[in-house]
Amino acid sequence: MENNIHAFILIPLLGFILLALQNKKSERLISSITLLTMIAQLGLFFTATVLWFAQGRPIWEHADFTLYQHEDYSFVIDFYWDKATWVYLGVGAFLVFLVSFYSKTYMHREEGYKRFFMNLTFFFIGFNIVVLAGNFETLFIGWEILGISSFLLIAFYRNRYLPVKNAVKVFSIYRIGDLGILLAMWLSHHFWHVNISFNELNHHDLVIEHWTEQSAVGVAIALMILITAMAKSAQFPFSSWLPRAMEGPTPSSAIFYGSLAVHIGVFLLLRTAHFWEAQDIVRWIIGLVGIITAGIATVIARVQGSIKSQIAYSSIAQIGLMFVELSMGWYDLVLIHFAGNAFLRTYQLLVSPSVVTYLIKEQFYHFTPRVKTVEDSLPKKIEYSLYMLSLKEFNLDSFMYRYLWNPTKRLGARLSFIRHGWMWALALVALVVSYAILKEGEAGEHYRHYFPYVFASIAILLVLKAFTERKLVFWSWGMIILNHMMVAVAIMFNEEFTWDHVLLYLGGIVVAGAAGYYILGRLRSQGYPVDLDQFHGLSRSHGKLAFAFLLACLGLTGFPITTTFLGEDLIFSHIHEDQWLLALLTGFSFILDGLAVIRIYARIFLGPHAESIFEMGYRSS
Amino acid sequence: MSLEKTGTVKFSEHEVLHELKHYLPAQAPLKDFVHHNTLHSFQDRKFEQALLEAFEIFGFKGNLTLREYRDLFKSGKIDVRILKEKIAVNFPDQKMEQVLDKMLNGKYPKSNSPRIGKLRSNWKRTFKIDLDSLVHPTLFRILSAYLDQGISIWNFPIDAGGFMASMREFERNAYGSLFKSDRVRALLMNEKTTLTEVLNILVGDEKWFEQYIFDQQFAHPGWSGIVSVIEDAPHSLLDERKVSLHDLVLFESLMEIDQLDQNFGQVWSPIAFRLAEEPIHLFEPVYFKEISIILYTFHQAFEESYYQQVLTGLLETRKFSHESAQVPSFQALFCIDDRECSFRRYIEQLDPQCSTFGTPGFFGVEFYYKPANEKFYTKLCPAPVFPKYLIKEEGTSAYRKSEIHYQPASFGLIRGALLSMTYGFISPFKLIKNLLSPEVSSATSLSFNHMDKDAQLTIECKNGEHENDLQIGFTVEEMAIRVENVLRSIGLVKDFAPLVYVIGHGASSTNNPHYAAYDCGACSGRAGSVNGRVLSFMANHVEVRKILASKGIHIPDETQFVGALHDTTRDEIDFYADSLNTKNVQLHANNTETFKRALDFNSLERSRRFESVTDKSSATHVHQQIRNRSVSLFEPRPELNHATNALCIVGRRGLTSQVFLDRRSFLNSYDYQIDPEGNYLFGILRAAAPVCGGINLEYYFSRVDNQKLGAGSKLPHNVMGLIGVANGTDGDLRPGLPSQMIEVHDPVRLLIIVEHFPEVVLKTIQRDAATYEWFKNEWVHLVAVHPEKNELYRYKDGQMHSMTLQEFELMNDQHLSELLKNELDNLPVIKLSQNGK
Repeated sequence: MENNIHAFILIPLLGFILLALQNKKSERLISSITLLTMIAQLGLFFTATVLWFAQGRPIWEHADFTLYQHEDYSFVIDFYWDKATWVYLGVGAFLVFLVSFYSKTYMHREEGYKRFFMNLTFFFIGFNIVVLAGNFETLFIGWEILGISSFLLIAFYRNRYLPVKNAVKVFSIYRIGDLGILLAMWLSHHFWHVNISFNELNHHDLVIEHWTEQSAVGVAIALMILITAMAKSAQFPFSSWLPRAMEGPTPSSAIFYGSLAVHIGVFLLLRTAHFWEAQDIVRWIIGLVGIITAGIATVIARVQGSIKSQIAYSSIAQIGLMFVELSMGWYDLVLIHFAGNAFLRTYQLLVSPSVVTYLIKEQFYHFTPRVKTVEDSLPKKIEYSLYMLSLKEFNLDSFMYRYLWNPTKRLGARLSFIRHGWMWALALVALVVSYAILKEGEAGEHYRHYFPYVFASIAILLVLKAFTERKLVFWSWGMIILNHMMVAVAIMFNEEFTWDHVLLYLGGIVVAGAAGYYILGRLRSQGYPVDLDQFHGLSRSHGKLAFAFLLACLGLTGFPITTTFLGEDLIFSHIHEDQWLLALLTGFSFILDGLAVIRIYARIFLGPHAESIFEMGYRSS
Repeated sequence: MSLEKTGTVKFSEHEVLHELKHYLPAQAPLKDFVHHNTLHSFQDRKFEQALLEAFEIFGFKGNLTLREYRDLFKSGKIDVRILKEKIAVNFPDQKMEQVLDKMLNGKYPKSNSPRIGKLRSNWKRTFKIDLDSLVHPTLFRILSAYLDQGISIWNFPIDAGGFMASMREFERNAYGSLFKSDRVRALLMNEKTTLTEVLNILVGDEKWFEQYIFDQQFAHPGWSGIVSVIEDAPHSLLDERKVSLHDLVLFESLMEIDQLDQNFGQVWSPIAFRLAEEPIHLFEPVYFKEISIILYTFHQAFEESYYQQVLTGLLETRKFSHESAQVPSFQALFCIDDRECSFRRYIEQLDPQCSTFGTPGFFGVEFYYKPANEKFYTKLCPAPVFPKYLIKEEGTSAYRKSEIHYQPASFGLIRGALLSMTYGFISPFKLIKNLLSPEVSSATSLSFNHMDKDAQLTIECKNGEHENDLQIGFTVEEMAIRVENVLRSIGLVKDFAPLVYVIGHGASSTNNPHYAAYDCGACSGRAGSVNGRVLSFMANHVEVRKILASKGIHIPDETQFVGALHDTTRDEIDFYADSLNTKNVQLHANNTETFKRALDFNSLERSRRFESVTDKSSATHVHQQIRNRSVSLFEPRPELNHATNALCIVGRRGLTSQVFLDRRSFLNSYDYQIDPEGNYLFGILRAAAPVCGGINLEYYFSRVDNQKLGAGSKLPHNVMGLIGVANGTDGDLRPGLPSQMIEVHDPVRLLIIVEHFPEVVLKTIQRDAATYEWFKNEWVHLVAVHPEKNELYRYKDGQMHSMTLQEFELMNDQHLSELLKNELDNLPVIKLSQNGK
């Protein structure tokens, strides 16, 4: 079994490919394929469970294959199986099966039936990769899949305004998680000097030895992991995305945001527990985050007037408790809590439409106006203030805007005086000048270590321009491509970054970038004024192009479908551990890249269609 | 404000709010869902004119798309002869061939932007500020918290005499403020702040106030609509709230000023001072464009193609005299509901000696109902009626299981943790159970639970007891009047069978916030079981029978009335027959068999549209699958409700019994001979036009514009405060019908067919202005069938015109059973041959 763990990924992958081949009208085939996939997966899970127990529940690890090897750098697809894997994998397979069964009828005749099941299976692939991953690199592949499938499911009703808006919003929070994990990977390279696998974290002495050597770096890694986990599990202050993610069909909300996706942060902490558990400070912080979240989310849940957001906040509060349990080292309890909470919230979400039937009936019997609650015993002033604060979700939703995206946008707006053409010129000049300086030999080499910062800064400028461009899509797209090039140049100056690495990194970018240009050009030649100042919703009339463009977008954001994904990881391995600034600049530009790209996709292909021959909902609907 | 008053600039708060109220959606909270004409506000205009205005002003689509009509034409559903007739009328000056070519191949511009929202869009255009996304989320949250009926655990802490007062109380007594701007705070705290004052700051020019308010409120018609409904009918909430449209507009405007102040400081010019271009006034006259005429020509031809087939079918199969020598085996009264059509057909097929009737399902008895152990009254009659009577259920042993998944405990922190680690592990098994073998659960709204079969009802009022101004029960005289009215209106005044069933109907669905929309519309969205039982009790009452006899209605002593409930989703029936005489017990047992078999067939007929029903080996098999649908958590279409409704036929059963109308017709029994003056007819039409017309038009508009006039897909719906649904958590409420309810509906207006002399029909509809409006403005069509000759008369422009039909070759029922198994689409009109009657 140990050597065949990849079957858990191959089965849903096969299902996914089969689904892709079906006609979107053949509902029965589509749901049958999905169900068969899920049943096969469950069967495999039971087989594996029997074997695992028979062997006395050992830890299984298997380095499946090496994706890329270069000197001391290797990208190994590595699988790992322990108790946490077992629980997450089992709960996941079981719930996805139930929800597929449920959706088979529930989604009947819905536009996007096929899209729904493909998304679900895609998500399932990502989920399995994450829980089976044996190292950060493998985990990151699954992580990216989770992010993008979440985006697509939230924006399932892609021709309405709010789902698209909220999908972008949630994606932006996920992107912060991605940054955390990228930085954690970067630091880990330096902390361990090799690509560490999770199994090696079990060597207590080894871990302790490294911690004593460089505890600051250790704490930094732990914090990066924590931030990632917090973002993904909607912990304070990231909580407000969860209720907003409930835009898709009810079963998808149930599986993603009621149960599986939202517990992935907990899993990440469980998986890395052996790394951070010996450090009290880390445990304190995790516990504190958990307590704060549990408290705040509970109060917010109490004032919610909509059933789905009530369930969402209750679930967040429970996850907060799981963080506390993690900090106490009660890992088994965490697993039980996770499974129970996932089951309970999935069920609650699935039956949420019936809350009217139930509660109205209940009121007919037991109505008492204005039930006294605990809070009524508070002093009036505190009671009112707390109520309003909870109603406004502790202003968490505006928090991200106020402190991150709006300043970024303002910064970008300040740069609006810079014409797009100048940016290309600037990049070119910088290249020429650097080259000239280097030619000076000794004297030039003296300045060499500034170059990476210069180019990374140019890269940031570019991506800021791209991110804040409100109209010209071609320029925006171009800025993103150029941004990647500048990042590559920056790293080339930083260290021996060979041409084949550059090729690896930029290969995907160039292909995806060209494809994107081609598609945008085609739309423009068809008379669509493709620009970014409004939604165009072209997926409705150009389904296939939309899909192709989505692939181009993924390519451009370093999604694991092109070599750029490897290159991204490689780039970080070439940033020294003391080069925090460079790492941050590079990381930040990846994050903004992703956002800018997804925004372009959303503006061109999602939202209300430009032509009103299609029924159009209210913007507020 | 009407079109003529366009020029006025004087702003009257009261008038404008009144006008706004008129145009906002009027859907009540979910538990009281009752169908109504979605575009009721345009009903004082002719249908075509109304659709045009609704489209140009509000952007509501009133027709199918050009493409859909062209497809209908290609598929033959629009008859070419009729289309040409309509072209000749609507394009009098143009050549037929040219028009036809334009209609079938012409290209027309694809976009149109309505007037609504144009003025307010200047914030975005000129001021570069997106007020909606800054204001809506908070506003919706506050409103939903304030109006919430029981989802939140910690409910809105203040109830200081209305919404505004509560917000002021907040402001006074909380740390921090709702608003950032000082002047807004001052405006809020000053109770004398008027809308005019606030709009002066915001809009600046009185001339645009009205338009601005419309723009603002129509950016979220769902919430505005519910506020307006609750303002007018606070009792529609169990936990009452005082809120008004005025408060909403005022508060929202304050929020807008607050945002503007935050962005621009206190010096910014009102919107009217910086208009890029002057928008057209909302209610400025609108004009027909060629495309709108084409659309309605298509539409009229589409309707007419169907109507004429129906009328052909009626004329070719009708039986003038249905006098039969013997007394029927039994008689059964049903609701006029279109879903009862096929049920009645099967009963008559199985027992050709019986006779069935249709009448609005509250059976002429109007009252409030108070179930035992419950705290509230439920109205059991059409929504616009306000009864003076109360009927109480007593002596029930039914109790209610509570269910942890809905309990606040599961949302708490510690209890939530304990529950998730224990009860959480049971949840998936509950789900599996429902997936594999669904049964009634707490997520189900079951029609039979409406009334406990074994409980007593306080139907008779002996001592004049009252409760809250309502008389408990009816006196004998009051009963007699009601029984007489019902019997006469359906033409049942002699030849009473030993058993007369009074069969109300209800529906069952699971996991469905719109459950009330499936029940009996004539009972205000409840099941009709109580009404059936009440009328039976009255008609069985010895004293009542004496009075009836004195008025010429002789009900034999051995005749017994029996109440019953037909569940239209599950196709089950339950009788309230507790005191039958011995002879009738036997008869009833036989009849019950007939009903049950008819229900099997009925469910088989319904199943043709259900993809989940795969095993069609026998009717009983199918029936079981149909029952499962009603209790499945994952079945968004427990039944199709009124979808495809198109007709309302008022006349003797002989007119319709030989024709297959595919469950598309409301059937109201009526005998012109008993009612030469049209007095009962007046009663029937006064109810049928708004009730059936309302149902029909709600389906119509939800179908043609499911995004703006309907609720969109129900799959992402999120229940807000138990009063409405929204998409996701940030969205506006979505009134109207979800797409799952209307997708198979063919949007045609209701055709009311009355069997009476044309002059009587005309006089009858003109008796009451509100009723007449429906016909005059063509929101429903009307045809009179001459009761003694095969002649038709069509109402048009104040007169009944003799009507001739195109020739249609109708199918006979040779292949009907095949069609009923496999055809997904609406079936054509088919002539029946088996029915004995």
